[in-house]
Amino acid sequence: MTPPVDPKERYLAEFRRFAGNGAGAAPAWLEELRQAAIERFAAVGFPTTRLEEWRFTDVAPVTQTPFTLPASRKPKVSADGVENILGGATGTRLVFVDGAFRPELSITKGLPSGVTVGSLSDALRRDGDVLAGHLGKYAGIERNPFTALSTAFLRDGAFVHVGRGVSVEQPIHLVFLASGAAGGHVVHPRTLVVVDREAQATVVETYAGLGDAQYLSNAVTEFVLEEGAAARHVRIQRESTNAFHMATSQSYQGKDSRFSSCSLAFGAGLSRHDLTSVLNGAGAELLLNGLSVLAGGQHVDYHTTIDHAQPHCESHELFNGILADHARGVFNGRIIVRPGAQQTDSKQTNNNVLLSETARADSQPQLEIYADDVKCTHGATIGPLDPNALFYLKTRGVGAEAAAQLLTYGFAADVVSRIDPPDIRERLDRLVRARLAA
Amino acid sequence: MLEIRNLHASADGHEILKGVDLVVHAGEVHAVMGPNGSGKSTLAQVLAGHPAYAVTQGSVRYEGRDLLAMDPEERAQAGVFLAFQYPVAIRGVTNAYFLRAALNAVRTARGEAELDPMDFIQVLEEKLQAIGWDDTFVNRPVNEGFSGGEKKRNEILQMAVLEPRLAILDETDSGLDIDALKTVAEAVNRLRSPANATVVVTHYQRLLNHIVPDFVHVLVDGRIARSGGKGLALELEEKGYDWIKPEGAVA
Repeated sequence: MTPPVDPKERYLAEFRRFAGNGAGAAPAWLEELRQAAIERFAAVGFPTTRLEEWRFTDVAPVTQTPFTLPASRKPKVSADGVENILGGATGTRLVFVDGAFRPELSITKGLPSGVTVGSLSDALRRDGDVLAGHLGKYAGIERNPFTALSTAFLRDGAFVHVGRGVSVEQPIHLVFLASGAAGGHVVHPRTLVVVDREAQATVVETYAGLGDAQYLSNAVTEFVLEEGAAARHVRIQRESTNAFHMATSQSYQGKDSRFSSCSLAFGAGLSRHDLTSVLNGAGAELLLNGLSVLAGGQHVDYHTTIDHAQPHCESHELFNGILADHARGVFNGRIIVRPGAQQTDSKQTNNNVLLSETARADSQPQLEIYADDVKCTHGATIGPLDPNALFYLKTRGVGAEAAAQLLTYGFAADVVSRIDPPDIRERLDRLVRARLAA
Repeated sequence: MLEIRNLHASADGHEILKGVDLVVHAGEVHAVMGPNGSGKSTLAQVLAGHPAYAVTQGSVRYEGRDLLAMDPEERAQAGVFLAFQYPVAIRGVTNAYFLRAALNAVRTARGEAELDPMDFIQVLEEKLQAIGWDDTFVNRPVNEGFSGGEKKRNEILQMAVLEPRLAILDETDSGLDIDALKTVAEAVNRLRSPANATVVVTHYQRLLNHIVPDFVHVLVDGRIARSGGKGLALELEEKGYDWIKPEGAVA
């Protein structure tokens, strides 16, 4: 009998195969980046619940399943399937299926000059300098072993670059699909968005499963806003409920920039999402919102970090969780105010509604304040629907079931109503209603 | 229309209403006054069906039906409306959305067709005018971040939209400045008709200058201790509540 292979060894062996053949023609800086990442992973391995950062989320089901990189082939995905996921959204889109870029499903025409939207592998050939300056520079390999794995296996992904002063009106859609044939595979979707000085853009990322396969999606997104830039990031996670979703979203903001981020988690059996936002220039503003709607045995773990590194910055954070059946939600919200980051204004709120007695939520605020002239507030709630609100609705003629649905919807709408632009908001509102009705 | 007989109610095992008798006919306006803690708000909440109160004795009939056997939503659908003393905020749900959901629930229960958003907007515009509001408040989440006065006005807007047959106003005057008070009173008076009735629960006589009652009742220690015409309210304003002793107490 062969002994079971240690999960870490399995990934290291996979990396040797990857580096030996397919990784191929990468520039030296990228090879160094990958090498450093795999060495980091080799040193720390996968996290366990003994680590504070992973206390509530056991990744053993993820690591013990022997996922492999997809073979280089093109699973059949219809344009209708993509349209269905996008829900009528038009305009620029990059579509990836099981980790591979699919130009025939993508639309990159009609963009203003000064804007690049394409695959990372194309960009490596054309915009090597921009990539070398940003890729892997923000989502550090030290914080999270899954991020290190993503960087070690970095080969392709989405690249968006908005040049100085350019404003892109239409949302740019990045779609990462898992086909029905995704079972047993691990993919490492990767996104880099660079918004130059005084430029503006909206990026909508969708991670979705087209079937009910069990796979691992290990996504990393880096978002850079230069001075005076304004960007909106909407991220929709609708993986197969049998799938695992591990993710890191990292934003880095310059002076007077405005970033609005909204993450929605509806899918995956087990998901962990680390969101880190660094406010690295005076006057920067951040809206960091999130919503999870889970049922069955789903588990979501949001770890957010807002790093106020410079003075006069503002951050508003709202994460709501709607948990039914045996679902479990974890929220850890860390706010760091660095020495000298005076006049920081930061507000964090995490609300969880438990729709059954077996649903569970854990909420941990973590404030680390090293400046003395700041305003930081935080609050969290966990509980069933408010009985006073239910009674209030009933006294207006709304039946018990409809009243519960209305309050639950309101919980979601509290987050969704803050999403801009309106067409994306309306689409997500429809998605939320459909999810709540399921 | 409403017949309350020997109503006893308690919360957490503590008896608050100790035998209330009150009869309200269509077309009438009744004021229920009384000192703090006399059970005024409990009476209003029990009539609306609040689950925190247990009715231990007595009966309430509304238009011939056993009101106490009806769920809160059935009472509302049958035309009973309570304007809350402390209206509840509902995050994420706009006033307009909530009002349409409520109106359509009531219409459906009455066998009427639901209103689509366009028809509803027309109804709403009309009612907004009646309470002197523009549409700023209808696109905000229900009562969220509203001032005390705005919440009370919002209760009256709901009442105007739902057009109840029996309206119970629980301390609707508290927290209102004089202009808001007049607007609220006007909206209530506009709903007065031979077919409808209103019960105004209040601690002060002030509101009754604008909503003139046909009958005034004084609730003391869970019972109606005295009933009279509108003159009784003025007498209370002048002398306070101390001179009225609970029924059956030895003077």
